Amino acid sequence: MGMTMTQKILAAHAGLPSVRAGQLIMADLDLVLGNDITAPVAIGEFDKFGCEKVFDRDKVALVPDHFTPNKDIKAAEQCKCMRSFAHSQEITNYFEIGQMGVEHALLPEKGLVGAGDLVIGADSHTCTYGALGAFSTGVGSTDMACGMATGKAWFKVPSAIRFHLTGKPGRHVGGKDVILHIIGMIGVDGALYQSMEFEGPGVASLSMDDRFTIANMAIEAGAKNGIFPVDSQTLAYLKEHCPKEPKVYEADSDAEYDRTIEIDLGSIRPTVAFPHLPENTKVIDDVGEVKIDQVVIGSCTNGRISDLRVAADILKGHSVAPWVRCIVIPATQKIWKQAMDEGLFTIFIDAGAIVSTPTCGPCLGGHMGILGAGERAVSTTNRNFVGRMGHVESEVYLASPAVAAASAITGYIADPEKIGK
Amino acid sequence: MMQAKGKVFKYGDNVDTDVIIPARYLNTSVHAELAKHCMEDIDSTFVQNVQDGDIIVAQKNFGCGSSREHAPIAIKASGVSCVIAKTFARIFYRNAINIGLPILECPQACDAISQGDVVSVDFSTGTIVDETTGQRFQAEPFPPFMQELIAAGGLAGYIAKQNEKK
Repeated sequence: MGMTMTQKILAAHAGLPSVRAGQLIMADLDLVLGNDITAPVAIGEFDKFGCEKVFDRDKVALVPDHFTPNKDIKAAEQCKCMRSFAHSQEITNYFEIGQMGVEHALLPEKGLVGAGDLVIGADSHTCTYGALGAFSTGVGSTDMACGMATGKAWFKVPSAIRFHLTGKPGRHVGGKDVILHIIGMIGVDGALYQSMEFEGPGVASLSMDDRFTIANMAIEAGAKNGIFPVDSQTLAYLKEHCPKEPKVYEADSDAEYDRTIEIDLGSIRPTVAFPHLPENTKVIDDVGEVKIDQVVIGSCTNGRISDLRVAADILKGHSVAPWVRCIVIPATQKIWKQAMDEGLFTIFIDAGAIVSTPTCGPCLGGHMGILGAGERAVSTTNRNFVGRMGHVESEVYLASPAVAAASAITGYIADPEKIGK
Repeated sequence: MMQAKGKVFKYGDNVDTDVIIPARYLNTSVHAELAKHCMEDIDSTFVQNVQDGDIIVAQKNFGCGSSREHAPIAIKASGVSCVIAKTFARIFYRNAINIGLPILECPQACDAISQGDVVSVDFSTGTIVDETTGQRFQAEPFPPFMQELIAAGGLAGYIAKQNEKK
């Protein structure tokens, strides 16, 4: 019996010639990640083990990105806890404010994840690195603590759903629309405990940023991981960012999948997830009249340079509707500087938007754009659960940067196609 | 604590970690603080009504969303002795076991049990009894190491105990 791409990476890290779905394995970790919310809990657990040092100070990454720059005294104390642990453990990959970015945009950019790696992170969107042909998955703080102490984690080998991609996305359709379309199709538990393996000729038409966005939201379908094959685009990205030699794994031709789903990228329309689940999707043509109060463009899902370029291209020469607050959040310092150098900030500011320093901030209702009762936001983030961005009676509509920018201009959820040049 | 008995709080599908413990309260990891806001955005009276030993019963995909371990911590610290659901989101499942919150998958029980029923659970046999209606259900029992892990208060306590034995 052949193995899926995910299974091959897991087998290699467990020192086994092969693994099968359902098998329990102990695997070596290439990287363990935590942030200012999850790391303090992990550090508390780590201290209980009576373990003096982390297994490898180069293989732990700590990123203060959620409630930073510190939103209040309690958040400051949590960041202090993580900072002091990073210093006492001499963690190589601790990123202070000034170097920091939203973790899942930052780690690939800093070259900390390579193809074929096995990564766990105490953040559910750790699955983002599947875009690089790595196995990466979200865990809790206790697993993070065990990972930091031992360099190992146990896994139940997942079965997989294969997504066979064909065609090419149309104008104003990006990775966000692809993954929202898929989640709308299979539901928020459609891939529960499974891998989502993307393959087929359509992969070549997706940029690395599109693939990061798609892999990032695999968790919103309940998946353990999402993963893309390594192609020339991946290798070019890794060559630019990652000093490690890529380890390329391919699914066997006789790998077993629970099911195969055909996706024609060319048939996907700009897609919006209505409150209060990412599976409540509608294509832009069917959204009707939804008046909004706020737009957020950013996050680990859509805060990369190509996302900002798309938004700027639509906002250029237009103004944000007078009743809308439009908040743009470049995901890392490098993206921030690049956007500034490319003149995107001038476009945003002239349109009446604001530009924030990198932070997860509003995505999880932390700070920098919280919603009041009855308010609605179009957001390029990843979750629209009840109360996710603020008041329990507020609403979040998930969309691409193109739809978000178009909506900022009209003040209603809008089709980017209908914004004149 | 290999048995649980308490009154049931019943919820539906896809109870997510944001309603279990909203992120606005994640600026602390103090268990008692988290417990004060448990289930706040789905059931604002939960915290006033929950008593030690009570049981949460829900439908599919319980605990979907964020990896925050604060979610099972808040539930456990609020006094809940067990969560029964048709299925659990995978990170929540791992986290609950790791912090010593017993959780069971049992679709039949989730369909039959009603809000306010008194339910007892034996983790070593996997038997769930709705004391209010007299109905019995069978879930997968915890293997011995998992019972030990839960008795030790979670994975960290379990590892510490294993180290003592050496």
